[in-house]
Amino acid sequence: MSEGQMDEALRRELQRQGVWVTSMQELYNWGRKNSIWPLQFGLACCAIEMIATAASRYDIARFGGEIFRPSPRQADLMIVAGTVTKKMAPQIVRLYNQMADPKYVISMGACAISGGPFKQGYNVLKGIDRYIPVDVYIPGCPPRPEALLHAFMELQRKIDEQKLTGADKAAHLDPQQPSEFPVPAFGRHDLEPPANADVFQPPKLERV
Amino acid sequence: MESLEQIKDRAETAIPGAKIDIVPNPGPANQPSLLIDNEHAPAIAKFLRDDAALRLDFCSNVTGVDWLDRVAKKTVKVKKVVDGEEKEVNQTTEEKIPGYLEAVYHLYSITHKHGAVIIRMRTEDRAAGARLPSLTPIWRSAEFQEREIYDLYGIRFDGHPDLRRILMWDEFEDHPMRKDYVQPDDFEWEPTPHDDVLARAKQHYTPRPELDGAEKITAGSGDTLKR
Repeated sequence: MSEGQMDEALRRELQRQGVWVTSMQELYNWGRKNSIWPLQFGLACCAIEMIATAASRYDIARFGGEIFRPSPRQADLMIVAGTVTKKMAPQIVRLYNQMADPKYVISMGACAISGGPFKQGYNVLKGIDRYIPVDVYIPGCPPRPEALLHAFMELQRKIDEQKLTGADKAAHLDPQQPSEFPVPAFGRHDLEPPANADVFQPPKLERV
Repeated sequence: MESLEQIKDRAETAIPGAKIDIVPNPGPANQPSLLIDNEHAPAIAKFLRDDAALRLDFCSNVTGVDWLDRVAKKTVKVKKVVDGEEKEVNQTTEEKIPGYLEAVYHLYSITHKHGAVIIRMRTEDRAAGARLPSLTPIWRSAEFQEREIYDLYGIRFDGHPDLRRILMWDEFEDHPMRKDYVQPDDFEWEPTPHDDVLARAKQHYTPRPELDGAEKITAGSGDTLKR
């Protein structure tokens, strides 16, 4: 319910009488959050857990996320499931750019968050959030399917809270907010730039 | 299977001019190997593959090794005349061994079910254009692994059918498995650094003398984007 325009008790009373009152925003978010189509791609072992989540035992269909799309044009959610190597990172950003708004990103597992056990490797990106904005992080190596479902529910909660109007409206409704991000180039020694400063600001560590 | 000495002798007789050294490997592994000379390497490899008694038809693994310049110290007991008396004196000699890159091949025989025979080749030096002859024409399975050695160690294999980088991107210029490789500095966010990582992360720290050694994480500059 938006901005408390209606008394909750009255609403419940009306519902008991067979009259269902809602707001545009509620209806819009309800529809979106229960039909999130993930992009079908996996990068490493986390993808195996993602596949298990989509299969019958854990069944992500219970949350409306079972339609894995092989095209970014039809996907709402990018599950970055696995190690992002520096060679792969530009492709990930490009896929993200090709997705239509509204779009969300789940960073699944230690590698996608920070590089994980390969963090000090010369070829692994130290977290996909260096190039694209991430909505939900799932720690784990790899996270269990329940953890991915939890992240999915977290994302649904996040979508449910998005505003349609006002200064704090959802990013995809705000023309000021970018929906595409620069694709890093293959440099002579590293990706260029090594991180997108508009997206990635590491917490400042102050130590002696 | 015959001993390495026998293989060496037979190969050297079969290929005129070929020079093979046996590299001992003392220690628990005890896997000595054949160091073959670069000029005759394809001929020696062909011999190892086609010889009726050996038939090393399967190259299971190829890898590279980076040897930096090193100094080998040797202590030898020498008899010397000191003050008119003959004595045994320890004499230390130092030998400077210039660095080189090495390619190591592990060979087995599927036909005779024996192996492994390990062969090595060494480059002249560690310079950028270090070359070795490719053994891919002899063992096809070496193709991708020689590409990997080229990618990570920078050895160019003459006669390789498709010598490109295999793991890193084509524009990349370094060879990350070389011991003097310096990786790019993206150590600005290291929550639990230690050892070498700590040393590199420290370059990003803002000094705070008043806290003197205390660690504190302050909030970041915040999200600029809503999502």
